[in-house]
Amino acid sequence: MESLSIFIRSIFIDNMIFAYFLGMCSFLAVSKNVKTSLGLGIAVTFVLIITVPMNYLLDRYVLSEGALSWISPAFSEISLDFLSFILFIGIIAAIVQILEMVIEKYSPALYSSLGIFLPLIAVNCAILGASLFMQERHFTSIGQSISYGFGSGLGWLLAIAGMAAIREKIRYSNIPKSLQGTGIAFIITGLMGIAFMAFLGITI
Amino acid sequence: MSKNMNLITAPLRKANPVTVLILGICSALAVTAKLKPAIVMALSVTVVTALSNLVISLLRKGIPSKIRIIVQLIVVATLVILVDQFLKAFMYDVSKQLSVFVGLIITNCIVMGRLEAFAMSHKPWESFLDGIGNGLGYGSILVIVAFFRELLGSGTLFGFQVIPQGLYNLGYMNNGLMILPPMALIIIGIIIWLQKPEEGK
Repeated sequence: MESLSIFIRSIFIDNMIFAYFLGMCSFLAVSKNVKTSLGLGIAVTFVLIITVPMNYLLDRYVLSEGALSWISPAFSEISLDFLSFILFIGIIAAIVQILEMVIEKYSPALYSSLGIFLPLIAVNCAILGASLFMQERHFTSIGQSISYGFGSGLGWLLAIAGMAAIREKIRYSNIPKSLQGTGIAFIITGLMGIAFMAFLGITI
Repeated sequence: MSKNMNLITAPLRKANPVTVLILGICSALAVTAKLKPAIVMALSVTVVTALSNLVISLLRKGIPSKIRIIVQLIVVATLVILVDQFLKAFMYDVSKQLSVFVGLIITNCIVMGRLEAFAMSHKPWESFLDGIGNGLGYGSILVIVAFFRELLGSGTLFGFQVIPQGLYNLGYMNNGLMILPPMALIIIGIIIWLQKPEEGK
């Protein structure tokens, strides 16, 4: 039950884009047409489902205070918290690299549609952000971290696909000249964020 | 000399990383509900950008181009850990407010973007200045956004009451929407709108 609630919350209420502005760079750069942005959204979801649980295990059994006590009780005082940034980003970069190679080998069709986005994803703030939020919220089981990763990815996908659909529509609209392009994209994102805040009152 | 000055001043207006190049928005907006965390965040990013530019520029001849992204990430991550530990030690309350956003400086597109576009091909001192300029350009937008959000949203600046009580008695109310995240995006949209015509000249 707990996992389901985390899943729903991370899609709608704690949406990566509208509540925390994570992954905005690629969100604004790639959301020009629906097809490409769906591709990027799926790639982000895919990477999040794998990296969040991996980093959860890393945090649980290596980094947080007392985590090393499974090796020997003498280590129970050690906290390697300060290393988490560098290890998380290392894990993410490595997983993205491995994924790229595996997909290229076994599914060339998937690679040609998804592969071009993978290098972009290693430095997407949403990926590292999800791992850091996972660490801050102290999830208690690996199932929760999987559902958090999956939910955040879906929320991001939803946001970028919606944004791309709107931008396709407004391409021929009569927008004030100096507001065209990025200016109006920011304002639309803000308005979408306000709309998403309607979900805030829901408690699950 | 004037060329070096230009490295600092250009990113403030003409080549502003946030409003013109649309970089580094990710970690920027969630910290702008109040002025104090925004200023701390701006300074942290400036320090990280300047120092990582300097380090990468010193190492640039020794880095094989195939693994340069990993090397850059490690340098940036190390600097961010230093900043994070510093904030935790000396400004604990601000560091709590910034929460994960200090860590997210690692994936801030400005840092990586400047390393790729500038530090890999320029001398250390120029790269250092370029880093400072871009950090300040980013910071200036953060501070402008935070100023309006705190003033209109809470009626305070740096936590001090600015809007007089008399105005509230006349029926003035704080705009609660300003504190919520989406307004930061709309304010940036307006800044871009105002800045664009100037740029064309």
